[in-house]
Amino acid sequence: MTTTEKGQIVTANRLRDGIAVFLTRSGEWSEAIDDAVLALEPEAAAGLEQRARLAEQACLVTGSYLVDAERRAGQVRAAHIRERMRALGPTVRPDLGKQAEGKANSFAAPEGV
Amino acid sequence: MPLLKNNALVSDTWLVLGNDDVLPATGDVIVPFARLLRDFESLSRRSGKLGVVFANVDRAETLATFLPRLSAVVLHFSAFNDGRAYSLARQLREFGYRGEIRATGNVLPDQLQFMLQVGFDAFEIGDRFPLQVWQAASKQMSLAYQRGLFRRSAESEIWTERHTDAEPWLEQPHAG
Amino acid sequence: MYRYDEFDHQFVRERTAQFRDQAERRLRGELTEDEFRPLRLMNGLYLQLHAYMLRVAIPYGTLSGRQMRQLAMIADKYDKGYGHFTTRQNIQYNWIKLEETADILGHLADVEMHAIQTSGNCIRNVTTDHWAGAAADEIADPRPVGELLRQWSSLHPEFSYLPRKFKIAVTGAPHDRAAVKVHDIGLRLHRNAEGKVGWEVIVGGGQGRTPMIGVTVRDFLPEHELIAYLEAIMRVYNLYGRRDNKYKARIKILVHELGAERFKAEVEAEYARKPQASTEVEERELARIAAYFAPPPFERLPRWSAAFEEARLAQPDFARWARNNLAAHKVDGYTIVNISLKPEGGIPGDATGDQMRLMAQLAETYSHDELRVSHAQNIVLPHVKKDDVFAVWQALDAAALATPNYGLAGDIIACPGLDYCALATARSIPVAQSISRKFADIGRQEEIGQIKINISGCINACGHHHVGHIGILGLDKKGEEFYQITLGGSSAEHSSIGTILGPGFAGHEVADAIDKILETYLKIREPGEEFIAAYRRVGPKPFKEALYAAA
Repeated sequence: MTTTEKGQIVTANRLRDGIAVFLTRSGEWSEAIDDAVLALEPEAAAGLEQRARLAEQACLVTGSYLVDAERRAGQVRAAHIRERMRALGPTVRPDLGKQAEGKANSFAAPEGV
Repeated sequence: MPLLKNNALVSDTWLVLGNDDVLPATGDVIVPFARLLRDFESLSRRSGKLGVVFANVDRAETLATFLPRLSAVVLHFSAFNDGRAYSLARQLREFGYRGEIRATGNVLPDQLQFMLQVGFDAFEIGDRFPLQVWQAASKQMSLAYQRGLFRRSAESEIWTERHTDAEPWLEQPHAG
Repeated sequence: MYRYDEFDHQFVRERTAQFRDQAERRLRGELTEDEFRPLRLMNGLYLQLHAYMLRVAIPYGTLSGRQMRQLAMIADKYDKGYGHFTTRQNIQYNWIKLEETADILGHLADVEMHAIQTSGNCIRNVTTDHWAGAAADEIADPRPVGELLRQWSSLHPEFSYLPRKFKIAVTGAPHDRAAVKVHDIGLRLHRNAEGKVGWEVIVGGGQGRTPMIGVTVRDFLPEHELIAYLEAIMRVYNLYGRRDNKYKARIKILVHELGAERFKAEVEAEYARKPQASTEVEERELARIAAYFAPPPFERLPRWSAAFEEARLAQPDFARWARNNLAAHKVDGYTIVNISLKPEGGIPGDATGDQMRLMAQLAETYSHDELRVSHAQNIVLPHVKKDDVFAVWQALDAAALATPNYGLAGDIIACPGLDYCALATARSIPVAQSISRKFADIGRQEEIGQIKINISGCINACGHHHVGHIGILGLDKKGEEFYQITLGGSSAEHSSIGTILGPGFAGHEVADAIDKILETYLKIREPGEEFIAAYRRVGPKPFKEALYAAA
């Protein structure tokens, strides 16, 4: 049975090229949201935020923040469409961004309006 | 704290007083604007030089009558991106004030040249950046389009250069 | 067109070097993000959802073929093969790297362009009538003043840290295509009873959270006083504009809170107090600039072109495009070609590098090497001989650039919205796409006639929804996108702010709602009556009934 875990991940933009990235378990920053470490408890989330601040001071990333997300079968999905777009790319250009670069799933069910 | 003036560090000989601090018999003092209004007579009788800390919510014209007696006006930046003091400095220069205009607070190299151009000529800079950074920052641009700037940093005014045979800018006795 | 002299060249080169140094210091950690942000914004560089975004200035919307080719090169080499033309007549790229930005600015400088002050709390790119220098109704070309203001506002030391951004628009024609009444400062050229020309100075208009129509502070300002007078306005704003709340920091709020009369008195007092230098230099500079905008060498041609008329008869598709996308030129035998960047189901304002190169080539061959970007996110070839129009159309048609919907329901203004923008609260582009698909039938669009549908993805109103005849504003309600519809806005000479019609709609409901509004209009209109006129006559009631009547 597949379980769904709900929690928070940390995202930021990489300083040198602005690409949206996600903090991983090993403390690296990955372009793939599925690599993100999911904090299930507020204390764990605060720990991730602290690591992100250090990465900002080291000029690796900028503008880090926590995002509500869930993990299911190894895939991480952000709660808000804004964050899903940061993880995938624009909904109006499925040929562009991470969705087109094999770094994330595409908008499987088109989120058209 | 040393001051940056004319691209060099100089020691700050001024004493900055609060509204109710004891006025020393001699020496140069800087007082809040409220104290200047309150004690102008006694302050004027002293032999030392007189300066004022002027808030960026006060109106420059309220300072106008005092300017001939003042040798320093301190304008404080609570945040580097609060641009009110730029207009105040330029207004004071337009009133003909030729004494020191000092920038204090959140003063950073990347705004230095703009500050020079509107008439600031003294800067409380702290110790975060070495002097060379400030010196380089003072001349990032060698050109400006605007006319009538306070030209201590000696950049060329493009429009004036293009039309050199036109009348010079008339109201700029302090241009250097 | 304006050409840089040695000073202009040196200025943008030094500015590029300055930014290169700032970016390097940021990457080394010598500047914090808070310190760097205003510096990069004043060089057009934003941080958006997916990457950095670079907004390049196209002063008063005018560019040459060579400049357009360079924009195409940047799209191909530094971005993902396309660019987005904006409502401020600029272009922006969505996938830019900080570490390559200074190189891009260098490439722009090579063709006399820059990204200075396309963002930040400073004076932004000056906009004007996209038909300037060509329109039949024009009194004078407003672009020399636009260029004068570009120079004056560039790195203005006193006005680079204003309370908020500051937008100036200039028009030289009685029919206002520059939306001067909804800008921080709008300048309108007009002639007085003695036949002299002067400038009406309008202050405090704007869109955003609190839309307002500007007030006139001077009815007839002589041209040589423009710079000095604008300095007085800017100073009053810089000193007294609110800085405690960014939503109340635009000059319109200052004008509103002081009242128009007191604001005017403050400006006049400052203007009187400022030392009045001779304006001889400004006058000479304006004359120098104006020489660059002398009309191109137009041929003497008959008003009527046999080649054009024959093509119209032979080719119905061409005839339809010509009917909708051409505008009257001031010189006989010439026409203004409006290239719609709004294909059915497309992304409003987007063009690929290849499309940009084609438009550049058409401008070089057929339009005296000039292109314009319009605030409606279209491209204009301002000076095309009627004899050449058919050839232009054939080339455009082959590049999917001949959509015959200029000014019609498919010609939708839309900001990038949540698909790209970090500030957006909802997506704009998919809504524009669904509406344009709904009205795919150009015949129906023609029946509906002139209509401006404007979509913004947040309250900042980059998509000009307040002044759309139909405005659509995307908002976020508990994590879901929803859309408010307003009717009756206009940015033309009788400017008005649209009124909210009623409760909002989900994204997939918007196109149907627009359909109902336009069906209602078709029922109630009088012969020849455009949508905005009909709305002004009858008000919102019948539209409300159509939209919200119990099913």
